[in-house]
Amino acid sequence: MNLSSPNSLRQGPDARGHFGIFGGRFVAETLMPLILSLEKAYDEARQDPAYHAELKHLLTHYVGRPSPLYYAERMTERLGGAKIYFKREELNHTGAHKINNVLGQILLALRMGKKRIIAETGAGQHGVATATACARFGLECVVYMGAVDVERQKPNVFRMNLLGAKVIPVQSGARTLKDAMNEALRDWVTNVDDTFYCIGTAAGPHPYPAMVRDFQCVIGDETRKQMMELEGRLPDSLFACIGGGSNAIGLFHPFLDDPSVELYGVEAAGYGLNVPNGHAASLAGGRPGVLHGNRTYLLMDDDGQILEGHSISAGLDYPGIGPEHAWLKENGRVTYLSATDKEALDAFQLCSKLEGIIPALEPAHALAKIVEIAPKKPKHHLMVLGLSGRGDKDIFTVADHLGGM
Amino acid sequence: MSRIDRRFAAVKAQGRAALVTFVMAGDPDPALSLDILKALAKAGADVIEVGMPFSDPMADGPAVQAAGLRALHAGMTLRGVLKIVAEFRKQDADTPIILMGYYNPIYVYGVDKFLTDAKAAGADGMIVVDLPPEEDEELCLPALKAGLSFIRLATPTTDDARLPSVLANTSGFVYYVSITGVTGSARPDYSRVAIAVKRIKGHTALPVAVGFGVKDAAAAREIAQSADGVVVGSALIDALAGTLDAQGRGGPATVAAVGKLAGELAAGVAAAKERAIP
Ligand SMILES: Cc1ncc(COP(=O)(O)O)c(C=O)c1O
Repeated sequence: MNLSSPNSLRQGPDARGHFGIFGGRFVAETLMPLILSLEKAYDEARQDPAYHAELKHLLTHYVGRPSPLYYAERMTERLGGAKIYFKREELNHTGAHKINNVLGQILLALRMGKKRIIAETGAGQHGVATATACARFGLECVVYMGAVDVERQKPNVFRMNLLGAKVIPVQSGARTLKDAMNEALRDWVTNVDDTFYCIGTAAGPHPYPAMVRDFQCVIGDETRKQMMELEGRLPDSLFACIGGGSNAIGLFHPFLDDPSVELYGVEAAGYGLNVPNGHAASLAGGRPGVLHGNRTYLLMDDDGQILEGHSISAGLDYPGIGPEHAWLKENGRVTYLSATDKEALDAFQLCSKLEGIIPALEPAHALAKIVEIAPKKPKHHLMVLGLSGRGDKDIFTVADHLGGM
Repeated sequence: MSRIDRRFAAVKAQGRAALVTFVMAGDPDPALSLDILKALAKAGADVIEVGMPFSDPMADGPAVQAAGLRALHAGMTLRGVLKIVAEFRKQDADTPIILMGYYNPIYVYGVDKFLTDAKAAGADGMIVVDLPPEEDEELCLPALKAGLSFIRLATPTTDDARLPSVLANTSGFVYYVSITGVTGSARPDYSRVAIAVKRIKGHTALPVAVGFGVKDAAAAREIAQSADGVVVGSALIDALAGTLDAQGRGGPATVAAVGKLAGELAAGVAAAKERAIP
């Protein structure tokens, strides 16, 4: 971690996992010793050069890193303003940024002697990445996925099955990502000895938000280096979509202490922020609460019951957000925007037609805001989209919405 | 001496363990829920845990999850829970009431207001599943200051090194979770439970109640051989659920079914004569 200056925004969390008032370790007693031992194992691993070397090797030869920083020429021309780059995480093995985090956690699980891996998944990208790494290392893999998401992300369910994972459709609650996470926690509380919980985003109890962020920082670190090589200077703005916030924090974090770099996180506005329970924008439409091990912004009713929310994108359909984002909202370093289902669908098609890249619906939300903001920026403004995943998994959903293609 | 302390002392003087029952406030509806609390006390429940429903009960199995959903659908809120407790307290000055649930509804209600209102309603303590000792400043310490007990869960993963921190700010009693798992799981191994209770008693003078997986009078009797209290929740909720119609509505039979099982459990606890503990 960068400890450059006493005023650095990159030093969090504190020893108890707090980013300001956010974060923490709100878990049942049964899990507390497990979380403490995970924290210890991670602290040891990050000081071990052999651990880093093995992760680096996998990221290079298995994932295909570094991912390109690609000049999106036709998108730039069309929008007529900022010069637009795509950080192409969709080219990673398994098609999204999720694998960066999974490999870090799986190597940790191996160090800890855990033989059984559990995960929650929304869009299925984290589930696929986890199933992939488990296949690669011969580990048992169980993935919890909301029954609604099993329906809308069928290709990924099939992928996970092919990779030898067991996918368990979750029937409780709204049957989406939040409920999958509840069920994974119930599994973990039951199978405490042999099981490692591989969380898919920068949320959950400490140390997960910081650990997942550290694994995803490879996105921002590479972007920084690549932009220096391509343009000889830092970018002017970065855009990323936010479900739990892992690809966004991974892109942003290496730039938090560079005030010239504007940071934009984009939440899912679903049917619109003014539609009750019709969006998944926890920062824009929620308030602080406690769920899934951390204090953060949550969508909830006046009684503190968690709302289900809605987004066309399964990966953004989560009523919470990682605690570091909650803190970055309150201190103003990151600007949080939102994009509706409709805006994301439009951006999805625009990107496919102009750049020959079919993006996932998740980063299409971030692209939608680029479409809005890039024209207002001068031509020398360097703008980066975190293109967190590819859209193969979404083509059926999109076809449904467009009335067939 | 708190109401909880008095009750455990009285039960001990009778040479038996306490029966601690759990039901969800507002399940299947607020009026029946109040009747169920009264029936529990009448049937021999020594301590009553009242569930505060939450949309995302991460540590609960299917029975308690369903009970929470029924209560929420019936319009239950944290304010409503406290109202039921206050009604119960009007007619029963002695049976300790422990509020049990998750932190978010309390946090949103406001910690100070919650403690004031809970005390005014006649609640005696609380169990908040997702507040381990690491987060004591949130609610545990303010609760103790407000004169309410904060009952902590000790689990099979709480080793001797960790027990003192778990017990440090615990009051009323210690709730030993007999298995690693969610509520309503499999029956625990009784001999291991006895060893665990002994281990915890080596660290505290508080009564130790044991729960999770206690389904019937026979199981209650087994646990009562070694523990100071036996906690039963999912089995009572299953009995309740068994009486509901297709729309989830209950009636007098609902109250009777819960009362009947509670009576059997109380008899089971009382039958544990050869208690191993002093
Ligand atoms: C391609 C893609 N991008 C983004 C996300 C959202 O997750 P996060 O906010 O943690 O990056 C997902 C989640 O499934 C995803 O699949």
